[in-house]
Amino acid sequence: MTVLKKVLVVDDDPDILDQVELVLKAGGYDVSPANSAADAEEFLNCTQPDLAIVDLMMEQADSGFILCYQIKKLYPNVPIIMLTAVRAATGLDFDGKTAEAKSWVKADCILDKPVRPEEILNTVRKLLGA
Amino acid sequence: MAELFKVLVVDDEPGMRSGVARILNDCCINLPEMKTDVRFTVSEAESAEQGIELIESQKPDILLLDHKLPGMTGLELLIKLTEKKIDILTVMMTAYASLETAVEATKNGAYDFLAKPFSPAELKHLMRKGSSRILYKRQARSLAEEKKKVRFEFISVLAHELKSPLAAIQGYLNIIHERILGNDLEVYDTMIERSLVRLEGMKKLIFDLLDMTRIESEQRKREFANINICEHAKKAIETSALAAKERDITINFNGPDNVAMNGDVLEIDIILNNLISNAIKYNKDNGKVDVDISSNDNFVIIKVSDTGIGMKDDEMKKLFRDFVRIKNEQTRNILGSGLGLSTVNKLVQIYEGKVSVQSEFSKGTCFTVELLKNSHQNLKEESELPANKIMAKTE
Repeated sequence: MTVLKKVLVVDDDPDILDQVELVLKAGGYDVSPANSAADAEEFLNCTQPDLAIVDLMMEQADSGFILCYQIKKLYPNVPIIMLTAVRAATGLDFDGKTAEAKSWVKADCILDKPVRPEEILNTVRKLLGA
Repeated sequence: MAELFKVLVVDDEPGMRSGVARILNDCCINLPEMKTDVRFTVSEAESAEQGIELIESQKPDILLLDHKLPGMTGLELLIKLTEKKIDILTVMMTAYASLETAVEATKNGAYDFLAKPFSPAELKHLMRKGSSRILYKRQARSLAEEKKKVRFEFISVLAHELKSPLAAIQGYLNIIHERILGNDLEVYDTMIERSLVRLEGMKKLIFDLLDMTRIESEQRKREFANINICEHAKKAIETSALAAKERDITINFNGPDNVAMNGDVLEIDIILNNLISNAIKYNKDNGKVDVDISSNDNFVIIKVSDTGIGMKDDEMKKLFRDFVRIKNEQTRNILGSGLGLSTVNKLVQIYEGKVSVQSEFSKGTCFTVELLKNSHQNLKEESELPANKIMAKTE
């Protein structure tokens, strides 16, 4: 039996958290949900996930950025997907593609909410190389 | 605190220029209403042409401008400044102080007039007036900018608060649409229920937002009447009774039959409904809510206490700001717009009262609101709100 890949999902919106969990489970992943950055940190202290999906705006407007930074510090090779609804609303533009953005956005990929199930699964598959 | 204003004197008479410079360089004007002293540093130009150059390079705050100049006249300079959209407080100085020139100059943006010859006292008097005007204008401008910023922040947070439930609902619909859990419809029931709950939350946000704009816009005519606040408290309890019953929460009213105050019915109801519905929302099952109404000479006192989840000190501090919702394990499934208490707070200010909160984590919370009984007794129709109201108005 193959060991399922472990995905950490962090979102303070319980519904989004449930949805991403459900989609990933249906796609054959082992999901660990966390409803706050603090929760996620606790998890990360004892477990290394294979991939993390992080919401941007949680307790603070930039909780997601900080969490990404912490994940990369602990586990530099764990890919991160950032989910956000903020980009369109604020006109704040960051796509993590330019060198300047890469220097401070520590996510490997940024997806706008709402995300379609297929889009999440495809991105996860791509980043996990499977 | 002292302000240093740059003054430019444009006059073809050297004696005039040096005279003005001497008076102003030595003078210090105290403006008690602005809590500041004003000093001046003077530069000189002998023609309008040179004047424009200096205005562009030095950006003076005040221009003392002779009308009759060789070459371009003072009036022509004024018109040039308007064309270039340069805003500078200008005082015309001229020996030909006819009404006509005065009118023409003011039409073109001059602030005031000095008829030559003038005394040092006359000059200083005008400089006092002008300086105070500049400072008021600056204050108004920074206030307007602050308003703009607050408004932008409000709108971005509002957009986020509206988008979150939409994203959640859209997410559920996508899952259902793609039948991720197979074709059996029943497995999607919770998703449909959650979507309905999030829609309800959005509706609540929109209603709270409308309440808030109604209070803040000066469009709405506030109608003051003598009201019995106990009656309104009982009505608000009834409004929340169903929500309380669902979770076996009892609500008690404690107070006399009649406590009179002068108020706007809609506003008073908003305060009471917000406090009481919060006391139920953030309560525990089988909990208790007490609504106490009392009064002293000047104030009506509304006290709403619950046996709910309570708050920590740091959470209490930010409670009255727009869109603040206390996020923790206990509150994550409670719907709220984050506008209720900030609206209550704004209303309380309008009634020259105060609102305070006491809370013990996981024990309960008590809100106390004091409203001035006769805050609008002498005003039949009140449309002006206090200056500290929030600026998130819809234009």
